[in-house]
Amino acid sequence: MAARTLYDKLWDAHVVRQNDDGTCLLYIDRHLVHEVTSPQAFEGLRLAGRKPWRVDANLATADHNVPTTDRSLGIVDPISRLQVETLDQNCRDYNIVEFGMRDDRQGIVHVIGPEQGATLPGMTVVCGDSHTSTHGAFGTLAFGIGTSEVEHVLATQCLIQKKSKNLRVRVDGAVGSGVTAKDIVLAIIGRIGTAGGTGYAIEFAGSAIEALSVEGRMTVCNMAIEAGARAGMIAADEKTTEYFRGRPYAPKGALWDQAARAWRELKSDNDAKFDHEVVLNAADIRPQVTWGTSPEMVVPVDAVVPDPEKETDPVKRVGMQSALKYMALQPGTPIRDIALDKIFIGSCTNSRIEDLRAAAAVVKGKHVAKNIKLALVVPGSGLVKRQAEQEGLDRVFKDAGFEWREPGCSMCLAMNADRLEPGERCASTSNRNFEGRQGAGGRTHLVSPAMAAAAAIAGHFVDIREINVERAHGDDR
Amino acid sequence: MQKFEKLTGLVAPLDRPNVDTDAIIPKQYLKSIKRTGFGPTLFDGWRYLDAGEPGMDHSKRRVNPDFILNQPRYQGTQILLARDNFGCGSSREHAPWALLDYGFRVILAPSYADIFYNNSFKNGLLPIVIERDALDRVFRETSATPGYKLTVDLAAQTVTTPDNTVFRFDIDAFRKHCLLNGLDEIGLTLARVDDIRAYETRRKQEAPWLFS
Ligand code: SF4
Repeated sequence: MAARTLYDKLWDAHVVRQNDDGTCLLYIDRHLVHEVTSPQAFEGLRLAGRKPWRVDANLATADHNVPTTDRSLGIVDPISRLQVETLDQNCRDYNIVEFGMRDDRQGIVHVIGPEQGATLPGMTVVCGDSHTSTHGAFGTLAFGIGTSEVEHVLATQCLIQKKSKNLRVRVDGAVGSGVTAKDIVLAIIGRIGTAGGTGYAIEFAGSAIEALSVEGRMTVCNMAIEAGARAGMIAADEKTTEYFRGRPYAPKGALWDQAARAWRELKSDNDAKFDHEVVLNAADIRPQVTWGTSPEMVVPVDAVVPDPEKETDPVKRVGMQSALKYMALQPGTPIRDIALDKIFIGSCTNSRIEDLRAAAAVVKGKHVAKNIKLALVVPGSGLVKRQAEQEGLDRVFKDAGFEWREPGCSMCLAMNADRLEPGERCASTSNRNFEGRQGAGGRTHLVSPAMAAAAAIAGHFVDIREINVERAHGDDR
Repeated sequence: MQKFEKLTGLVAPLDRPNVDTDAIIPKQYLKSIKRTGFGPTLFDGWRYLDAGEPGMDHSKRRVNPDFILNQPRYQGTQILLARDNFGCGSSREHAPWALLDYGFRVILAPSYADIFYNNSFKNGLLPIVIERDALDRVFRETSATPGYKLTVDLAAQTVTTPDNTVFRFDIDAFRKHCLLNGLDEIGLTLARVDDIRAYETRRKQEAPWLFS
């Protein structure tokens, strides 16, 4: 057989039927469901008199709308409450497992899927959410879908898809100290642009990617969609297999051995052909900070805000000018001189235990600067929160002046009560710096957890490489 | 799904790249559990000067007179001109729902984000990929000529300007077929029940842990 990429292999293993028009009927192993993109799909199912094809392939949780403060009070906003209750009701009606708001296992859908072993290597995973690309970190084909497709998967366990092209992004060499998975992926997006991956499935490879922990790989794949690719993926290796051992939904006993053997094949063949390849040198990557309203508007922390006058492409120049206006920034301003109002550590990009450890290592024994009105830590799941508390990280954050919250999407998109006020500027570990993303008129700068933590202490951006941190990268690097 | 065959309509130019789905329909409106009613809050942050919340009477809000869709000459528009990477960001299908609910049936742009592109077809909204020079020309002519209309013919895969210049566009055969006939994809897939069952039987042998 001809040499195949990881994407080719995952695709081939899930083709139910090849249609004459070039599309395929693709089988979906795992469907994750949340409250925002599913109500209209369940309604469609009901109206057509259809039932879920395979109930046990679905796993649901509410994450976007849930409050991050005391949950015993329920959801105050009646519209948010109705949406969460609609999910509860749909899951009851169709017997779908749901981790409800008071369940310890509740959390951001992209954090809890892998945490439970509900997402496994070699699967096809979909969810009505663009950051489903996160799950590609394990040699998995994972991509976001719209509500019509949510209904399609519920009803048929399949999707009609056209295969994407193969793009490999290789990051070779070793990153310097203070440079994290988040900086790697921001640097990639800075290089190829937010549409650079459109029409492609990206495989991230190279020694810098292999050196990342499984959680770091999730951070990289999470933002594949910010580079325009519906799916980002990384070959499975020993670290991947170990990550899933003993997780609740992972196979056990003889089945585990059989699965672990199969997972060894989840990598591109040596001579596999990619339609396009991009190579970055890891040693060149510095800690990254976005300055504009698109994730591609990113520079290293020791750089300055760029000047649109120097941009030759007229469409891009106009985009830069409007971004600078929205962000209230002047060209030439050193990134380190940008003062902040709020800090957000959380989201499906950076809310896992290693992220919290990295941030805690920076803030330990220090205090949030006076100009910071609010510094939030929102763990990705109830289980991440519990583990962090066992490690005493909650105390480190609280002593430093951070608020320690309940899990959910929170200020990543501000659908609940956590948000920026107009004009407020935030260092955020999330994935989107779009206009109004964190609240109408709010200004977002995307950074790594350690950089967000350091900015909280200083009140403005600082170069994490100039700060003495005991252990800024979590355990497994 | 709504069929799409042929349309002659007013054109509105939205001259900025990377228009994301948060801009098309901001998150506070995603709390709705319906598919309809998103038209009044399409491009909410650009269209109004005050902050919008669900449940408001949007007809009483302060409109931004500078925003393109608020200009009298573009009222009743059905065709949106846009720039690169239109619809990037979140997978929310509320974005095509909002565009349709507002009255758009066609978008012309040089490129789209994949998920948005896909979602549009499922709802009877036609996103046309148009070549850059043609697009630049249409941008110029639309701005220069009040009442400027284009004719879009899906069967023929053409866009025709008022002076009868014809631009051809490409479209995937399956998508074209579904859109021309208003077909329900789920129904098509359910006609393949035997194939799906055969796949599951085979897969249970190869990878039993996926079914345990
Ligand atoms: S944390 Fe943010 S990006 Fe992730 S699923 Fe929630 S809203 Fe989307």
